[in-house]
Amino acid sequence: MRKKYGFMMSAVLAAGTLLSACGSNDTSGENAGGGSGEGDKNNFKVAMVTDTGGVDDKSFNQSAWEGLQEFGGENGLEEDKGYKYVQSTAASDYQPNLSGLVRDNYDLIFGIGFLMQQDIQAIAQQKPEAQLALVDSVAVNESGEPLENVASITFKEHQGSFLVGVIAGMQTKTNKVGFIGGVDSELIKKFESGFKAGVKSVNPDAEIFEQYAGDFNAAEKGQAIAGTLYDKGADIIYHAAGGTGNGVFTEAKNRAKNGEEVWVIGVDRDQHEEGMPENVTLTSMVKRVDTAVMEVSKQTMEDNFPGGKVTEFGLEEDGVGIAETQENVSEEALKKVEEYKEKIQNGELEVPKTDEEYEAFESSL
Amino acid sequence: MKILNGKWSAITVPLLSVMLGLFVGGIIMLVSGYNPFVAYAALFNGIFSNTYVLGETIRQMTPLILSGIAVAFAFRTGLFNIGVEGQLLVGWLASVYVGLQFEGLSPFVHIPLAILAAGVAGAIWAFVPGLLKAKYHVHEVITTIMMNYVALHVVNAIIRTYLLAPGERTEEIHQSASLQSAFLESVTDFSRLHYGIIVAIIGAIIMWFLLWKTSTGYELRAVGFNKYASEYAGINVRRNIILSMVVSGAFAGAAGAMEGLGTYGYMTIMPAFTGVGFDGIAVSLLGANSALGVVLAAALFGGLKIGALNMQSVAQVPTQLVEIVIAMIIFFVASSYLIHWISNRVNKRGKI
Repeated sequence: MRKKYGFMMSAVLAAGTLLSACGSNDTSGENAGGGSGEGDKNNFKVAMVTDTGGVDDKSFNQSAWEGLQEFGGENGLEEDKGYKYVQSTAASDYQPNLSGLVRDNYDLIFGIGFLMQQDIQAIAQQKPEAQLALVDSVAVNESGEPLENVASITFKEHQGSFLVGVIAGMQTKTNKVGFIGGVDSELIKKFESGFKAGVKSVNPDAEIFEQYAGDFNAAEKGQAIAGTLYDKGADIIYHAAGGTGNGVFTEAKNRAKNGEEVWVIGVDRDQHEEGMPENVTLTSMVKRVDTAVMEVSKQTMEDNFPGGKVTEFGLEEDGVGIAETQENVSEEALKKVEEYKEKIQNGELEVPKTDEEYEAFESSL
Repeated sequence: MKILNGKWSAITVPLLSVMLGLFVGGIIMLVSGYNPFVAYAALFNGIFSNTYVLGETIRQMTPLILSGIAVAFAFRTGLFNIGVEGQLLVGWLASVYVGLQFEGLSPFVHIPLAILAAGVAGAIWAFVPGLLKAKYHVHEVITTIMMNYVALHVVNAIIRTYLLAPGERTEEIHQSASLQSAFLESVTDFSRLHYGIIVAIIGAIIMWFLLWKTSTGYELRAVGFNKYASEYAGINVRRNIILSMVVSGAFAGAAGAMEGLGTYGYMTIMPAFTGVGFDGIAVSLLGANSALGVVLAAALFGGLKIGALNMQSVAQVPTQLVEIVIAMIIFFVASSYLIHWISNRVNKRGKI
């Protein structure tokens, strides 16, 4: 008897679910109707698609979302109606997520990160009326021409990396510094070349070790490589390796606990927090994805959608630079940074972006 | 309990589990402060409301069917192939490699060749655990899991060393090897629906035919029921274990070909597993290890995964909630098997 009772219970529960599911269709219909009928003061709608990191990745996606939130706040947009984010759980989600937002008539849709390049390019060609933006890469068609309805956003990471390189070159005591890259690629080469050029500009005798982890998400590899570089005598390591870089902080903190004086230079955001409580973050090369997202959103809202163009954010646009937390940076180094910043901005100094450019730069010193 | 135990149990148990899974998912939404009605309506709309999402749903279920039948096939021989994920990755790479290397072939030659290559790659990957199990009685769960990691890193290393194109991926395969179709795209508002669904359905038919209509299939199933009895009856158990793993791996490899030739047309360096292979375990369990059941279960899970995107977008419910619903469904299926098993034992004892 008891078994029968149990089954009946579950049957009732199941029926309840079914019925509630039926009821739900109506409510949502009303909701949808009500939502669109309201008509906010500002009808502009902007959204972004994150990669699998999500908006709390302490890096790229988070920064973009902060920018979008600020934009929404400034312009009186409502979250989830005027501006929102959609997270991807797998790479295969990029396209349906982007496409879904296009069908929901968003005025501007950001794809965060060069991993979405392929999907953005496909959708831009299928839906010529959509306005898309791609961060960190340039969207092109098959013949390599820029797509008219995609605003490509890139950063002059080499400029910011140059400045942290200046700091590293000034403050190294062993005269040896290290660079750890995520994946050996065009993008990360910009960080590496700029950094090395910065170090060499102020400290031509410094020795620079560079190594790639081959991964943006392998903290244990980052830690192992950092260990090797510190053992070789480097006292400052600049990482451009996303999640892999977290391992660099771990290694530095372990060594700081044992009384060694080692430093890490953070990337993308002000990574001062990551170095606490041992306080091993010397400075960080910040990449203002938030500024870029805000800027492009603003332009689009004012009917100046920069489609087909590559908008580059450098020192001048405040798109890259050194972090606000500067307690570990010496006065002298800061002065030098200002000096070089000026030189870069007025075109006196061209920061190298590739291995070849760096070699040319080094031999010209 | 009759409904859950009789000959209809293969249908009633999964159905009830799905409903209970959705119900519990609804409660979790309620507790976390979301409106389950709005969420499920968005989920439903995200599967059926237009041709794009329908196309994407079918696209999503295509590899799930093949990974599901891969798991189910091995399971019929009493083997847990947890290595579908790794076999899928090597299959994906093999299909893309063939798609890249051969030029000027007719699609009718190139596509089967690429799928075949994927199947062979997956089969080789599954052969190793099969051999270890048959010869040295090494448990296949352990070896297949380990082979997953080997596959992930080997595949990444091969792409990085030999096939790298800008953007952390391989070049695009030649058109002649592609399962993508302008026609299917145009009728589904540019979804990535591709002809792979036909391949997947054929795969399910092959599985059914092999297992139920051939003497080899009879042997495989006999080994699954009781390998000692099978051995006594003159069946070569070792050979059947290896064969089962190899066929299972071939299906898994074909699932990879669906991604390589259909959805993407290339392969990226994988930061982590795709999850399609692991979802195959769930699909196979819900589908009661039968060909038709796997197809239906793959349709359900494919739909849930695509619908979840709309649920997130419209109702702001995190997509992870669908993972919870899927987990609950599996939990209920598994526990109903447990109830089934216990009640069988009790009945038998009662009779004696």
